[in-house]
Amino acid sequence: MPLDLIDSPDLDAGYREGLWTLNFGPQHPATHTTLRLVLQLDGEMVISAEPDIGFLHSGFEKLAEVLDYNQYVTIVDRMNYISPLANEIAWHHAVEGLLGIDLTPRCKYIRTIFAELMRIHDHLLCTGTCVLDLGGATAFMYAFNEREKIYEICERASGQRFHTSYTRVGGLLYDVTDDWIKMVRDFCKTFPQAYRDFAGLVMKNRIFVERTRGVGVLSKQDAIAGGATGPVARASGVERDLRRDEPYLAYDDLDFDVCCAQGGDCYARFQVRMMEMLESLKIIEQAVENLPSGPVFISGTGKEGLPDKTEVYRSIEGLIHHFENIMPNRQMPSPKESFYGATESPNGELGYYIVSDGDFKAYRARTRPPSLLHFSLFNRMIQGCMLSDVAAVLGSINIIAAELDR
Amino acid sequence: MATQINKQLGDNVFLSTVDAAASWARANSLWPMPFATACCGIELMSAAASKHDLSRFGSEVMRFTPRQCDLMIVAGRVVMKMIPVLQRIWLQMPEPKWCISMGACACTGGVFDTYAVVQGIDRFLPVDIYVPGCPPRPEQLIKAIMDLQEKIKKTGTYNAREFQLRILPDGPNRFDEDELVRIRERNGFKLEDPKYDPIH
Amino acid sequence: MAETTNVKEHLESKLTGVSLAWSEYRSQRRVSVPSSSIEAALRALRDAGMDQLIDITAVDMLEYPGASDRFEVVYLLLNTTSGERLTVKTHLNEPDLKLPSAYPIWIGADWPEREVYDMFGIIFEGHPNFKRLLLPDAFESFPLRKDYPVKGRGERHNFPIITRAES
Repeated sequence: MPLDLIDSPDLDAGYREGLWTLNFGPQHPATHTTLRLVLQLDGEMVISAEPDIGFLHSGFEKLAEVLDYNQYVTIVDRMNYISPLANEIAWHHAVEGLLGIDLTPRCKYIRTIFAELMRIHDHLLCTGTCVLDLGGATAFMYAFNEREKIYEICERASGQRFHTSYTRVGGLLYDVTDDWIKMVRDFCKTFPQAYRDFAGLVMKNRIFVERTRGVGVLSKQDAIAGGATGPVARASGVERDLRRDEPYLAYDDLDFDVCCAQGGDCYARFQVRMMEMLESLKIIEQAVENLPSGPVFISGTGKEGLPDKTEVYRSIEGLIHHFENIMPNRQMPSPKESFYGATESPNGELGYYIVSDGDFKAYRARTRPPSLLHFSLFNRMIQGCMLSDVAAVLGSINIIAAELDR
Repeated sequence: MATQINKQLGDNVFLSTVDAAASWARANSLWPMPFATACCGIELMSAAASKHDLSRFGSEVMRFTPRQCDLMIVAGRVVMKMIPVLQRIWLQMPEPKWCISMGACACTGGVFDTYAVVQGIDRFLPVDIYVPGCPPRPEQLIKAIMDLQEKIKKTGTYNAREFQLRILPDGPNRFDEDELVRIRERNGFKLEDPKYDPIH
Repeated sequence: MAETTNVKEHLESKLTGVSLAWSEYRSQRRVSVPSSSIEAALRALRDAGMDQLIDITAVDMLEYPGASDRFEVVYLLLNTTSGERLTVKTHLNEPDLKLPSAYPIWIGADWPEREVYDMFGIIFEGHPNFKRLLLPDAFESFPLRKDYPVKGRGERHNFPIITRAES
């Protein structure tokens, strides 16, 4: 598929003739998933980059129009697949905002713990593969060691290690057990040592620092005007974190700091992610210690929440309750309104704009993917860098193709 | 004859066919090309990383250029824009080569029964091993690779004769509901919106 | 809340004679602007402190009960210093599916506008690199329109088949 490259006005035709074009991707290890770049090179310097995306466009938003609010969670899972539960929490945060549901305290805390575990999960993979692309395989192995522990925590709670489909409108699939709490506590105990190992390998590694410092700079103005959020924006000095600015779940009760940096380069983004992992650990420790007891589903006999699974299997009332909530023509009606609900996902602001026509499924559910806006800024970040920096910049902004293309 | 040679030379010589020797060598030095598009790619990374350690089974040398590989692992869904790329990469790989379709999306389209997703890569490519699961656990992938090694050892030939028999498309040959829509449109019938049914 | 009224006053003072419909749902403030004055409205909002464009999207209102217009284009705006949000909506009807591009106002409008074109066929005039974003260029339909079936019109089966013997 030939691309029509746009002519930059500041390049005259004579200069442009000496440039050569390099196709990067769609199957390249540094793209992590599938995206394509058409680079204009002057020697080794990148003059411009034209991203070509859509190699993983699978019609998520069309599926949102045929699946109900509980069913769509399985699809949402597959959106940012390196932190699946963060997507589920964001989706049901938006749905519950539309329906006006207030969660139980226990559910809020469990979701907070999972959201923060997913932040660690995401940042571990992002930083680990970023280092892998720059030539260090050991840190990647260390990162995956910890990720496996988080997989086990997810598996214990939901039964699936990867795509958990754990949240439901107004609650969670299952309540957690004491066993699970012990696993989270153990993780909190062992993670700092693993973090020190990981950070010690990378943060002062001269090769890594020299390949990332001053590379791929995103200015604060561009970050704001370009719609950058999350670690990418915070690394450019935009002090904004939805957990603090628009508190949702249990973040209001918990004490944590917002991590920012000034540089706006790859190293700053890396630093922000590393610092956020420690803040997340702090949040998890507080939330586990203060985990309230009580039900995970909102109370009342209305159709807001699904009944407990043990009740469904053992009593006729529970089965009828379940039936009433699941059958398409008997589900809870939703207001004929539109609502935008956003959460701070590991990658940035992950929001869902839901338009409802009264059914228990969305008339239109738009995903606001953070990767899309970050990747549209890629051309600004990469200009003037070397060809080898493409891998560093791509790794540092953490582009996830399934979220990018949906 | 074999016993005669064995008598003379003892246990120092093994007799085999060229086919078996070549297949034995190929089976234990598979170089995978991770065609990782989506979620399964992360599990593929997990399989190669510290805990599961794919290198115990002799196929950890991931190469990202198709020219160096003989096993393609398609991990994740393949969509309309990607299938020409996938086919081109497959054609670039040298013989003999094998293909593992990892995960429900690569095998059948999985939950993504939509306009953009190819409903199983075996419609357009030959596939040797299917790995079910969404995504499959790393253990399952390792099992698939061991199965493939077994298959190569049993059926492999020195000059890849076993592939020459497979002249028909490998994919499903079943009734295509989209064809029905096209026929209706061609004959000018009023096109009813196909009702989406998550079960079928 | 003081900030919100400021934005409202600012917008109404800039767009005199234009009918603006304000509404609110669960403390989310929305304003509906006629499509002819959308560019002026967005500029006025940017000057009023809405410095980040969160997203642009569209909704096909073909099957929506009681809807009078075909398409609704939605701009989600944010003020990064005060944290205030505003949703701007505008309506379009066939065959005149054209809007001025918001790219000169916020650079973040670049890809969301291309995606809206890709999915709904709404053209943003003045965009520097306007073409399909996600789907192949040869794709002819606009898949998120309500009259396009979920399973598509057979585009996904339209590829050559490679058999084992010939590869």
